[in-house]
Amino acid sequence: MRIDTKMIGHAKTESLNSAIRKPESSPFGSEKGRLYRKKYLADRDYRIPGNCAVSGIMNEAGKCFSGDAIIRSIALMHDRANGMGGGFAAYGIYPEMAKYYAFHMMYDEEDAKQNAEHYIRRYYTIIHDSPIRFKKTQKIGDNPLLWKYFLEPKKEVMHSQVLLSEEDMIAQTVTYVNSQIRNAFVVSSGKNMGIFKGVGYPEDIAEFYRLDQYKGYLWTSHGRFPTNSVAWWGGAHPFGFLDWSVVHNGEISSYGINRRYLENFGYRCAFFTDTEVIIYLFDLLSRMHGIPFEIIAKILSAPFWNDIERMPEDEKRVYESIRMVYASALINGPFAVIAANSDTMIGLNDRVKLRPLVAARHGDFVYIASEESAIREVCPRPDSVWMPRAGEPVIGRLKKEPLSEVQIGSHMKKEYEVM
Amino acid sequence: MAKVPLISDFLVEREKEKCINCQVCCRMCAFDAHRYDPETAQVSTDSSKCVGCHFCESFCPTTALTIKRNPSDSRENANWRQDVLKGITKQADTGGVLLTGMGCDRPYPIYWDHILLNASQVTNPSIDPLREPMELRTYIGRKPDCLRLERSNKNKISLKNTLSSQLVLESPILFSAMSYGSISLNTCRSLAWAASEFGTFYNTGEGGLHRDLYPYGKNTIVQVASGRFGVHAEYLNAGAAIEIKIGQGAKPGIGGHLPGEKVDLEISRTRMIPEGSDAISPAPHHDIYSIEDLRQIIYALKEATKYRKPVGVKISAVHNVAAIATGIVRAGADFVSIDGLRGGTGAAPTIIRNNVGIPIELAIAAVDTRLREEGIRNQASVIAAGGFRNSGDIIKAVALGADAVYIGTAALVAMGCHICQKCYTGKCNWGIATQDPYLTKRLNPKIGARRLINLLRAWSLEIKEMLGGMGINAIESLRGNREALRGVGLSDVDLKILGIKPAGEAW
Repeated sequence: MRIDTKMIGHAKTESLNSAIRKPESSPFGSEKGRLYRKKYLADRDYRIPGNCAVSGIMNEAGKCFSGDAIIRSIALMHDRANGMGGGFAAYGIYPEMAKYYAFHMMYDEEDAKQNAEHYIRRYYTIIHDSPIRFKKTQKIGDNPLLWKYFLEPKKEVMHSQVLLSEEDMIAQTVTYVNSQIRNAFVVSSGKNMGIFKGVGYPEDIAEFYRLDQYKGYLWTSHGRFPTNSVAWWGGAHPFGFLDWSVVHNGEISSYGINRRYLENFGYRCAFFTDTEVIIYLFDLLSRMHGIPFEIIAKILSAPFWNDIERMPEDEKRVYESIRMVYASALINGPFAVIAANSDTMIGLNDRVKLRPLVAARHGDFVYIASEESAIREVCPRPDSVWMPRAGEPVIGRLKKEPLSEVQIGSHMKKEYEVM
Repeated sequence: MAKVPLISDFLVEREKEKCINCQVCCRMCAFDAHRYDPETAQVSTDSSKCVGCHFCESFCPTTALTIKRNPSDSRENANWRQDVLKGITKQADTGGVLLTGMGCDRPYPIYWDHILLNASQVTNPSIDPLREPMELRTYIGRKPDCLRLERSNKNKISLKNTLSSQLVLESPILFSAMSYGSISLNTCRSLAWAASEFGTFYNTGEGGLHRDLYPYGKNTIVQVASGRFGVHAEYLNAGAAIEIKIGQGAKPGIGGHLPGEKVDLEISRTRMIPEGSDAISPAPHHDIYSIEDLRQIIYALKEATKYRKPVGVKISAVHNVAAIATGIVRAGADFVSIDGLRGGTGAAPTIIRNNVGIPIELAIAAVDTRLREEGIRNQASVIAAGGFRNSGDIIKAVALGADAVYIGTAALVAMGCHICQKCYTGKCNWGIATQDPYLTKRLNPKIGARRLINLLRAWSLEIKEMLGGMGINAIESLRGNREALRGVGLSDVDLKILGIKPAGEAW
């Protein structure tokens, strides 16, 4: 199914040139105004290739654990980042609000917040909203306005749009806010999950957001090493779309065609980073086309023709068709990526493994990281450790419903009250 | 003054001290530029007859011959150039339409020369195609929007869709349509052998399929043109795909004419017309006057081949090419071939070749963009044609959005052609565009095929090198990836139509 563009205003379908937003004049007056007030979201106009560290930990039984482990894991890979971006995705952190869509938002200014909220109120009931709590630290310095919302789609809106599912509606909202509302940015938009990110080393970002106090059953994290000095809070990883999050180490050489392919299906690339095509491809292939994750891995990181030739006849037919039909969804260029949604964590390399990725299992835990040391830091003697081969996905699957409000509910409840 | 003598285009220089009067040149030149005088026992040359094909120069045993532009000067005039004057003079003599061969030779902008490719540095590694796999395999045909996969109880994944048939190319290069009649059977043989050995396709043009070439059907695209020459059920089923020819880049909007002198017994049998009769292809198909008629023909051909073969439509690149291509895709074509301004021909009115149509670069960009806007890009492949000179042009065409390209002129050059533009005379000294048995035997099809394979191999290697340089190891990741291209010296409007950024602008 296509995402209808009616709701998200005029879709940008002209040339690539006009699709890239040129920096407009600052809302604070002249360009000079920028010198006096720092901007956190404006630098989104540049697409920046980067190099990075990634780490992910999942408990397949759905047991929630504190952010402490993932922080130690990513902190160990300090040197793979350069302080220009760090972030975390956490699943299972809002169990009491699990039936509402949790929106983490960044704003550069109060006006943007009002504009975004005005838009959101048209389509959603805001069950609860509050600032995302943080602790001012020397290392992070200034930050944009950080706000979170728990939203329930208005039934009457959904019914007025033919065949619009809740997910489609959320997708449209995220796309609209990120591409049309200046100085507002949706960081994450899934249920019972949230993304915390900013400009800084990941361990400092974790301290800033006090992530050791959250508990979740699935965590991913990222330390960023962008190749130029432009850095903006929204540009840090993970990227979020619905309950998907992606952390990515690499550069996507096929970005141009991946993006045009996704535009065919109504996705609008709004983040100005190559990473977002990964998240949309996961969304398209799994949610829209209903393709199992093992096969999605084979679409994004396709086996070579030489290998396909050697497969048994029926399998060969499947893979030949995959490469024919999903040629434009192949992600080319070096990458190591950890994608996650509410019940899955997938680690994947490019087809010739040009970026490091290690995986391990220990009991119910699945670990994926750029370096083995980052796993052993938090799990010194895993049951098994392996280097996934190029294009071989590592998949962690949730076996049960995430445990339980009883365990961590009191803590979470306190948070709502405090803020 | 009934006839004004023309100043010759070329000057044939013969070094007297080298020439041994062996008369090889006399036997070589089908235009009779060289003459042997038995009385003086000397060979002499009438430069006015020289077409500049360089055949005698290439094979003179003592290298005594040199062909030069005639240096005879007249007053400079940007408007009244020498070729303009000659055209007027010829027409005043004859009252006829000026004819020519090969593609447009006028200096219209060549956009390929204003487009540059990207390469990897630091943040993504380039890939060495000599050490790592590098894939050029290309599928031509209709693809569904998505695959329906089913997991069986043994946890095996199987396919629920049936995909329509495809052409599989080992490299995104095919040989353009050139008919038996316009080119010799030996040239057709060379193309067929090369296509089947390399793993690509050649195209029969509108000349039908000679009996000897049926064994290469797996690598043949059979064409159905407005004259319907040689079209019958066996012919349609002999090829791997069918192409309905609506237009040709060198002569958009007009038909074709093979003079009766060229229609010998073999051609008469192949085209199913009487020996010695003119083979005239009408300008339109007289059963296709609209897009709905085209749809009927597409499906008639699909029915005739039991839906086992892709059916495509070839059009010339004209102003409204994007909308026309969209209509063709919606009419059910599995691929659209687009032939640009510089596309070649065996014979066309000079005025049409030089003045009608648009460059293929802009046509590819416009068509690819429009098909994507309409969400039907996957429903048909786009094959571009029209003056592709090297692998750089081809890779840029793929990045603009073409699935593959047709090469015609380049293939002929590989077999000896020097683009003298006299194909329509039937006197091709290189044995390509002729039916004269004395001339056609000059092209050994085995050697011709070998040279074509060499060309495909060389260009494929170069494409792999350039892909690897960009850090890409499968051509589909470049296809339509206009981020890989930057324009230099182009206007904003050109850049907008091409959908590329100017050089110097980052992502």
